[in-house]
Amino acid sequence: MLRFIFRRTLQMIPTLLAVVLIIFVIFSVIPGSFISSLMAEGRNAMNADVVAHLNSEFGLDKPLLVRLGDYLWGLAHFDLGISYRTREPVWNVIEPRLWPSIKLALTAMGFAVVVGVPLGFLAALKPGSLFDTGTMMMAVSGLSLPEFWLGLLLMYVFALQLGWLPSFGYHPGSIKHIVLPAIALGVSPMALLARTTRAGVLDVMNADFVRTARAKGLTEPRLVFAHVTRNVLVLVLTTLGLQFGSLMGQAIVIEALFSWPGIGSLLVDSVSTRDIPVVQGTVIVIVLWFLVINMLVDVAYAAIDPRIKVA
Amino acid sequence: MLTRLGLTAALMLGMATATLAQDATPKDGGRFVYVAPYGSSITSLDITATPHTQDEIVAKAINRSLYKWNPESGKPELALAESVEKSADGKTYTYKLRDATFHNGDKLDADDVIWSYNRLADPKKALPGAEQMLQIAGVAEFQAGKADHISGLKKIDDKTVQITFINLAEPGWNLMSNFAPIYSKDYPEDQLASKPNGLGPFKLANYVPGSKVELVKFDDYYEEGKPHLDKLAIMLMGEASARDIAFRNGEIDVNVLGPVQYEAYGQDPALKDHILEVAEVYTRNIGFNPKVEAFKDKRVRQAINYAINKDLIVEKLLKNKAYPAVSWLPISSPAFDKSAKPYPYDPEKAKELLKEAGFETGLKFSVTATSNESWGVPIVEAIIPMLAKVGIKVTTDPVESSVLSDKILSDNFEAFIWSNSSGPDPLKYLTCFYSKTPQTACNYVKFSNADFDKLIEQAGNETDPAKQNEILKEANNLLQEEAPIWFFNYNKAVMAYQPWVHGLKPNAMELAIQDYEDIWIDASAPASRK
Repeated sequence: MLRFIFRRTLQMIPTLLAVVLIIFVIFSVIPGSFISSLMAEGRNAMNADVVAHLNSEFGLDKPLLVRLGDYLWGLAHFDLGISYRTREPVWNVIEPRLWPSIKLALTAMGFAVVVGVPLGFLAALKPGSLFDTGTMMMAVSGLSLPEFWLGLLLMYVFALQLGWLPSFGYHPGSIKHIVLPAIALGVSPMALLARTTRAGVLDVMNADFVRTARAKGLTEPRLVFAHVTRNVLVLVLTTLGLQFGSLMGQAIVIEALFSWPGIGSLLVDSVSTRDIPVVQGTVIVIVLWFLVINMLVDVAYAAIDPRIKVA
Repeated sequence: MLTRLGLTAALMLGMATATLAQDATPKDGGRFVYVAPYGSSITSLDITATPHTQDEIVAKAINRSLYKWNPESGKPELALAESVEKSADGKTYTYKLRDATFHNGDKLDADDVIWSYNRLADPKKALPGAEQMLQIAGVAEFQAGKADHISGLKKIDDKTVQITFINLAEPGWNLMSNFAPIYSKDYPEDQLASKPNGLGPFKLANYVPGSKVELVKFDDYYEEGKPHLDKLAIMLMGEASARDIAFRNGEIDVNVLGPVQYEAYGQDPALKDHILEVAEVYTRNIGFNPKVEAFKDKRVRQAINYAINKDLIVEKLLKNKAYPAVSWLPISSPAFDKSAKPYPYDPEKAKELLKEAGFETGLKFSVTATSNESWGVPIVEAIIPMLAKVGIKVTTDPVESSVLSDKILSDNFEAFIWSNSSGPDPLKYLTCFYSKTPQTACNYVKFSNADFDKLIEQAGNETDPAKQNEILKEANNLLQEEAPIWFFNYNKAVMAYQPWVHGLKPNAMELAIQDYEDIWIDASAPASRK
């Protein structure tokens, strides 16, 4: 197992390098720069000497390959560089945003699992029933709802009309403040989990070993919980891993809407101001999150299904 | 039109007066929940390191500069100095500093002023606020590395500082800038971005990057009896729809409105009585690049001004959240000529001018534009059919905001649509059209006119403010005649506020930047504000 984890960790390096390279090249060729973003508000342009000093300070006057080399050298030493905007180490900019993002992703995924998996299970046990049809209609709607619109709708209903929850903001110890952004973010994975679970359960319920178990006189609850669930879990876990991994990236819109101080909103601000070191640092964190979650899912496979060997 | 502008100005003044009268007996205490609406984060708590309005909204609570802007009088006035004496040649000012205390307990003295201005102008630090120092004698030499300090700054005694300027312009216009605050020379510079130490009415209590800044009353603030509030929370909320819901739900005390919300709030009986409006010092315009052959001809530029029905665009697209522009200087400028008339909508006249200029068969150009609803692609799309009627074919070159400035400063455009600062200092902002002002500074359309240059030079040497204003009015009118840009509109900034909030001011510089020390909340505020 440890060898597997070590190997997967090593495999992350080329992925991360490729991402860094792509981001670096993209932001080097697209128009606009950090300096031009400073003048985007239409105030007087900055003094030419100030601009020259800023370019020199950030190494923006160096050739592209030299800048890339400098960046990779820093990265090899776990140095993500200095933010153009705040002039602080990039890690200092990202670090306070990490926990709010993780907290939001965990809560959204918790909501998706707690609601989506039982719904899919129950729908599959009564296929074609009103409950099944209703659940699947809800799942399709959940998948197709734009997060931004859903977020606004939740704010309107639960904050403005019912007054149950605050419409925005972040308070470290407050559960009330996380409910709406977590639901807005969690509805799409919840719907996908419901659909996947339903499909998986239906598939397993028709398998030979289920028929055999029934023939042997196993009670339906025992059959479902002891045999079907375990076989469906691999499929559910795969969906869960992929969804959970991509949640941090998906949270960009939700974080901006709810004034949630996560790395998604940091990424948006950094892109618009061309704060390239922070963009790269943030993307690296998002990609790492995705890779780590999926590695953990692979590890979990072995625990759930002995037929799968991670090594 | 002029009547309307006059009425508007009168209404603004009336509104301000009414606000003041209503605010005659402020009450102390409570918590005010404000918004910074220009994004979901701020750049830095050290305002000298950033040029963004979003950061300025926070900095105004924490810091103070030598001068401050008075939104009621529309002029800069002394803030950290209690008196000033001007030399006979009008270039040297001697300031007597107030007894003021920094948040960490340091006392303000002349060395702080000298240190702060040297730091701002220091080329090695490359601070955006350096622009505000350029008028001080010796800054050019300091920035060029020929001097190790600014020679125009002199300490007379602990409480007296003398500043020599290179010209006769009123120094308050630059030194009132929130980007040029006075810091304590003894405070560690590396802490300014995370633990700011200012002379303002509120000190930092808690900062959650990407969410909010919480501040508490600074008891040793230099203005007696101020601030009134105990706590100030500034929520970083860039999403207009989210702000709208939060405001209607009473979670925030103000909301900065866009055109659509302006119309909706104006029609809502529960909201329409608590709206503050002001003509801000921003002029929205389409700049014509003279490298396009047709734009070298004044008649073509004038024709475009005649061919567009800007009143219609302001009414239908901007929902009247703008004032149609006359020339460059905005309504609130002291040099705004109330007798001047904007270009009327006259397509026939436009055709005539184009024919005279040899473009009766038409011409084509593209307008570089962002997605901004008030001065971006939607506006260009509205003018396309209007210009098509006179034979001008316009296309859009859509870009994002940082790319727009990049393209303009690198002269990579045919025309652009932008919203630019045009005040409050009329001399400074008309100088943008002075032929020696480079395109990379603010002469984006490379305007060059000998008569205009002469007027700017004359105004720069005039010490009598009234006479200077008359010269600048003439220059502004000449600019209108020359039409280097399409004069579109002056921004009407609109802020909705909760009924329990008092002391907000119609700040023409930027409505979102308020004098927090004058704001107070009354007994009708909900429990969360008490």
